[in-house]
Amino acid sequence: MLLEVTGLSKVFGGVTAIDDLDIAVGEGEIVSIIGPNGAGKTTLFNLMTGMILADGGKILFDGRDIVGMRPSQILHLGIARTFQNVRLFPEMSVRENVMLARHCRTKSGVLRSILRLPSFRKEEEETKKRAEEALGFFGKRLVGYRFDQPAASLSYANRRRLEIARAMASDPRILLLDEPTAGMNPRETKELTELVGKIREEKSITIVMIEHDMQVVRGVSDRVIVLDYGRKIAEGSYAEIAGNERVIEAYLGTKATT
Amino acid sequence: MTELLAARQVKLGDAIKTGLVAGIVAIFVSAIGMVQRFDSRIIFSSVTFSYVLLIGIFAGSGYQAARPPLRLEGYEAPKAGVRNVLAGLLAGTAGGILLALFILVAGTANLRPIFPNISPELVEILAFGRELGLGATLAALAAAVLGLLGGALQLVPQRLKKAIGGTFLWIVLFALLRGVLAPVTRGLGITSLTDLLYERQGLSIAGLVAVAVVVFSSYFFLAGRVRAARGGLERLPENRRRIVVLAGLAVVTLFLGAIPQVVGVFLSEVLSAAGIFLLMALGLNIVVGFAGLLDLGYVAFFAVGAYTTAVLTSPISPRFTPELTFWAALPFVILTAAIAGIMVGTPVLRMRGDYLAIVTLGFGEIARLLFLSDWLEPTFGAARGIRRVPDIALGPIVMKGPQDYYYAILLFVLLAAYVSWALQESRIGRAWMAMREDESVAEAMGVNIVAAKLWAFVIGAIIASFGGALFATRIGSVFPQTFSVVVSVTILVLVIVGGLASIPGVMLGALALVALPELLREFEQFRFLIYGALLIFMMLKRPEGLIPSRRRTRELHEEEVEQDAWLKAEAAKQEAN
Amino acid sequence: MAETVEAKAPRRIQLPVLDSFLWLIRLAAIFAVVWGAYFSLSSGRLSGAQWKDLVIFGLSQGSVYALIALGYTMVYGVLRFINFAHGEVFMSGAMVAFFVARGLSRTAMWTDQVFLSLFLVMLASAATSTVIAVALERIAYRPLRGKPRLIPFITAIGASFFLQYAIAGLFGFGFKSFPQVPALSGSFFFAGFRVLKTQSVVIVAAVLMMIGLYLFVERTRTGKAMRAVAEDQEIARLMGINVDRTISIVFAVGGAMAGAAGFLYLLVFQQVFFLTGFIPGIKAFTAAVVGGIGNIPGAMIGGLLLGGIESIGPSLVLTGLGIPSAHQLKDVVAFLALVMILIFKPSGVLGERVAEDRA
Repeated sequence: MLLEVTGLSKVFGGVTAIDDLDIAVGEGEIVSIIGPNGAGKTTLFNLMTGMILADGGKILFDGRDIVGMRPSQILHLGIARTFQNVRLFPEMSVRENVMLARHCRTKSGVLRSILRLPSFRKEEEETKKRAEEALGFFGKRLVGYRFDQPAASLSYANRRRLEIARAMASDPRILLLDEPTAGMNPRETKELTELVGKIREEKSITIVMIEHDMQVVRGVSDRVIVLDYGRKIAEGSYAEIAGNERVIEAYLGTKATT
Repeated sequence: MTELLAARQVKLGDAIKTGLVAGIVAIFVSAIGMVQRFDSRIIFSSVTFSYVLLIGIFAGSGYQAARPPLRLEGYEAPKAGVRNVLAGLLAGTAGGILLALFILVAGTANLRPIFPNISPELVEILAFGRELGLGATLAALAAAVLGLLGGALQLVPQRLKKAIGGTFLWIVLFALLRGVLAPVTRGLGITSLTDLLYERQGLSIAGLVAVAVVVFSSYFFLAGRVRAARGGLERLPENRRRIVVLAGLAVVTLFLGAIPQVVGVFLSEVLSAAGIFLLMALGLNIVVGFAGLLDLGYVAFFAVGAYTTAVLTSPISPRFTPELTFWAALPFVILTAAIAGIMVGTPVLRMRGDYLAIVTLGFGEIARLLFLSDWLEPTFGAARGIRRVPDIALGPIVMKGPQDYYYAILLFVLLAAYVSWALQESRIGRAWMAMREDESVAEAMGVNIVAAKLWAFVIGAIIASFGGALFATRIGSVFPQTFSVVVSVTILVLVIVGGLASIPGVMLGALALVALPELLREFEQFRFLIYGALLIFMMLKRPEGLIPSRRRTRELHEEEVEQDAWLKAEAAKQEAN
Repeated sequence: MAETVEAKAPRRIQLPVLDSFLWLIRLAAIFAVVWGAYFSLSSGRLSGAQWKDLVIFGLSQGSVYALIALGYTMVYGVLRFINFAHGEVFMSGAMVAFFVARGLSRTAMWTDQVFLSLFLVMLASAATSTVIAVALERIAYRPLRGKPRLIPFITAIGASFFLQYAIAGLFGFGFKSFPQVPALSGSFFFAGFRVLKTQSVVIVAAVLMMIGLYLFVERTRTGKAMRAVAEDQEIARLMGINVDRTISIVFAVGGAMAGAAGFLYLLVFQQVFFLTGFIPGIKAFTAAVVGGIGNIPGAMIGGLLLGGIESIGPSLVLTGLGIPSAHQLKDVVAFLALVMILIFKPSGVLGERVAEDRA
C-alpha cells in the first residue's frame, strides 16, 4: 500500500472531525472520497498534507509515518494537493505559480541565485521547462500568452486547472484533489474527468479525490470510500456503494435536516 | 437598442462640499505655517511658491468638483458642459469664502498664543498685502476664478488636459530646482542657459516661455509614443532585447558615474544622503515588498551596521580599538547584521503581519535605547556616541568629501539593486512572493517558511548594515539619537510610495522624497507631515505605488489585445496545417 | 461544518529547533527576573516606603495606559485592526486640554471651582479626541474596510505621523507645561501607602470611567450592537444594526477614553508635546495585548499590570542584575514585555475576545 491511514483522529474544540479512521490506497489507484458536508473529507486531506496535526493515529506513506512532518516535507516525499476553494498565488503569473511547485525539487540557494552560476541558470531553465510542460497537459488553455498572465485574471475553470498543474509539477506520487469539478459546467466536468484518468495513465500518479458529482465518481474511481461524521461507513466499487443502505441513509439524513 | 436615460449630472451640492474641504485644506496649510514658509521661494515675478500651493488647492477643487460622474449602464455617457464649469465656480467660491473668513478672523483676533503660525505676516500674504476687508474679498474672488478655471479644464480633451497640467507642474519644478540646475550647467560649462532661464529670483520670462513650450509640446506630441516604444522593446526576441537592456544599463551607469564631477560638492552631498536611504529602501523592499513582512524596526539594522563599523574602525572607540579599515571591518558588519537579522526574525516567525510590525517596532526602539544607555556606555559611548570614524580608503586613495563618497554609496546601491533583481527572479524570490500571498499554501507547496522568512530578514539586515557602515564613515561619527523610529518609517514610505516590490519605483521614491527635502529646506519642517499624508493617500488611492512592479501593471484591455493577437496567430497556424 | 471549524483551528508547525530556542529565551527571562529581584531585594537599596511609592506611581500611570488601551482593544475587537494612530488621538486631547487649562488658570474659577474647571478641561480633551478618532475612521479607515490587513495598518502609520506633525505645526513643537492645580498639591496616606492627590484623582477617575464603559458595553442597546458587530458584521447587518454607525461609535468611545486619558496624563506628568502620544500609545497597545486583545476588562488589568511592571521592573530586576541607571531602561522593559507577551502568550492573561477570522 502506498498510503495507509490507521486509527487517525482529530478533534476540534469538542467536535470530532475524524474518528479512528482507517484508509488504504494502493499504488496507481484512483480512489474517490465522498460523504455529506462536514463528514471530515477536507480535514482528512489537511491531516495527510501536514497542514494540521493529528491528535492520534498514523499516516504511513510508502511505509513511513508522516504525522508530525511539515507540509513542505510531506510534499517533498510526494503528496501534493489542490484546495476546495482554489488557493493560487493571485499576483504571480501562471507560469510562476507552477514554477513555485518545483521548489522542493530544486536547490538553488541565495548565493547561487545572486552569483547566477551556470548551475543556477540550468536549474532555472529546467524549472521553466517543467512548468510549461505541466501547463501543456491541459491543451492550449494555459499556454502561450497565458504563461505571463497573473493567476487572478484566469477564469474559474482555468484556475482549477492551474491548481492541478501546480500540484503535478511537484512530481508527486500521490495527488489529492479536493472537489476538482466544483463550479464547472458539464462539459468542463467531463473533460476534467477524462483528465484525471489521463494523469494516472501518463504520469502514473495515484489519485485520491473528494468529489460530490456522482457522474465523476462513477466515471473514474476504482474504489469509493464513504465518510460520515469522521468515520468510514462504506467502501467498495461505485456499484457496491450506490446500493449501500448506510450510505443512502447518511445522504438522506443530511438532506432531511437541511 | 434600448432608450438611454439622460446622463447623470454633476451635483452642485457636492461641489460646494468639495469647495469647503478645499477651504479647510487651505486654512490648514496656512495655520501650520506652510504658506508663510513657502513665501520666500519665488517661482516667477511676484508669484511665490505659497501662491502656487493655494492655486493648486483651489483650481484642484474646481477640477474635482466639475468631474463628470461615472458612466453607468443604461445612462448616456456624461459630457462636460456649462454645468460642470458652474460646479467648479461654486467649489472655488465656497472655498474662497471660508478662506476669506479665516483672513478676517486671523487679521482681527490675535491667535498667536495658541497657533504660533497664524501671524500678521501670514495674513498679509493671504490678503495680497492689502487692507483686511479688500484683501479677504480679493482672496475669495481669486479662489472663485481658480475654481472656475479648474472646472473649465474638464471641458478640454484628455490629451490637452494632461499637457496643461504637466506644463504647470514642470514650470513649478524648474523654478524650485534652480539650485540643482545651476551647478549642473556650471559643471557642463553652459552657464548661459541658467542665465537665460532664471532671474535673480525665480524664472525669467524667457525661462517661463521656454519651459512651457518645451514641456507642453513634448506632452502633446509624445503622448502614447513612450509606451509604444516600450511595447516594441518587449516584442524584440529575447537575445536582442537583452542587448538593448544591457546597453541601456551601461549608459545609465556611465551617466551615474559622471554625476558628481558635473554637479559639484553640494549636490553630491545631497545625493549621497539620499543614496544611503535608497540603499536601505532597497533592503526593506526585500523584506516588505518581496516577502511581505512589515518590519517597522528596520532602523535597528542600520544602527547595528553603523555601530559595528564605528567600534571596529575608530581609534577612540571606548572599549576596544582594533582600528580596522572600512573594508576589513565589512565582513564583521555583515556577520553582526546577519546575527541581528536572525535574532529579530526568529521570535516573530509565527506572528501575523500587524503583530509582527509592532514587535519589530519594539525591537527597533530597544536597540536605540540600549545604544543610548549608561549600561552599555563602556562599549558604545551612550549619548556621546563614537567619533572619529575614519574615511574609507582604497589602497592609497582615501575617500574624502562627498564627491568620493558618492562613488562608494553608488557601488553599494548598485550592488543592492542587482541583488534585489537577482533574487526576485529566482527560486527564493518566488518562494517569498508565494509566502507573501498565502503563507499556508506556500508551505503546502513545498516552501520552507522558516528558511524563507529568515533569509528575508538576514538579507534585509545586511543591506541596512551597509547603509549604516557608509553612514558612519560619511558623517565620521555615530550617535544613538540618529536611529529613531522615524528612520524606519521614512524608509517604509520610500518603499511604499515608489511601489512595493518594484525596484525602479523604490529608486525614484528615494530620490524624490529624500533628495527633494534636502534641496528645498523649506520642506524640511513639513517632511513627516507630507510623508504621513502620502502614506494615507497611497493606501487609499494607489496601493500599488507610483511605479508598480511589473506584475501589477498589466491592464485588462492590454491583455485582451494580446489575447486576440495570440488567438489569431494560432488560428492561422491551424489553417496552415 | 467541519470545514469551517478547521479553518479556525490553529495550525501547529512543528519546529523543534525553533521551539527549543524559544524555550531557552523563556528560561533566560525567568531566570533573569528571579535573579535580579533576589539581589535587589536582598541588597535593601530601596526602603519599603520607596517600593510603595513605585507601586502607586505604577498604578497611576497604569490607569492612563488602561484608558488608552480601551480604544485599541475595542477597535481591534470589532475590526481586527490596530489603530496605530490611537496614541496621537490621545495626544491631541492632551494638547487641547493644555490650552483650555491655561485659559482657565488665568481666571478665578481655577481656584474657586477646582473640580468644575478640571471637569471642563477633561471634557474638552475628550471631545477633541472623539472628533479626531471619528474623523480618522471616516476619512482614512472606512474606505479600506475589507482590504488585506496590512493596508489599513499602513494607513494608520501614516495617520499617526500626519497627526503628530499637524499638531506640531498648529501648536508649535515645544513642550507645554500644565498649570499648577493648587487644590491637588500634596499627598495623603492610604492603607500605609503615600498617595499624591493628583494620583488619587487619576486612579479614581480612570476606574470610574472604566466601570462606566463596561456597563455601557454590557447593558445598553448600543453596547449590544457593538458586540454583535464584533462577532459578525454581516449577520449584524442582517439583524438591522447600522454597522457603519456602530463602528463610528466604537471609535468615538475609544477616542473619548483616550481624551480623558490625555487629561489624566497631564495631571501625572505635567507636560505634553507633539510626540507625547507615541510611546504611551505603544505601551497601551502592549497593555491591551497583555490583557487579551478585544477584551475590555483585560485592557484595564493589562494597563495596570504594565504600569506596575514599568515602574517597578527596572529597580527590581535590572538594578539587581547590576545594570547602572536602570530607570533609563524603563521603556526597554515595557517593550520587552510586549515582545515576550506576543511571543509566548499572544492571547493575553484574560484571553482574546476576537471572533475568529473567516476565510
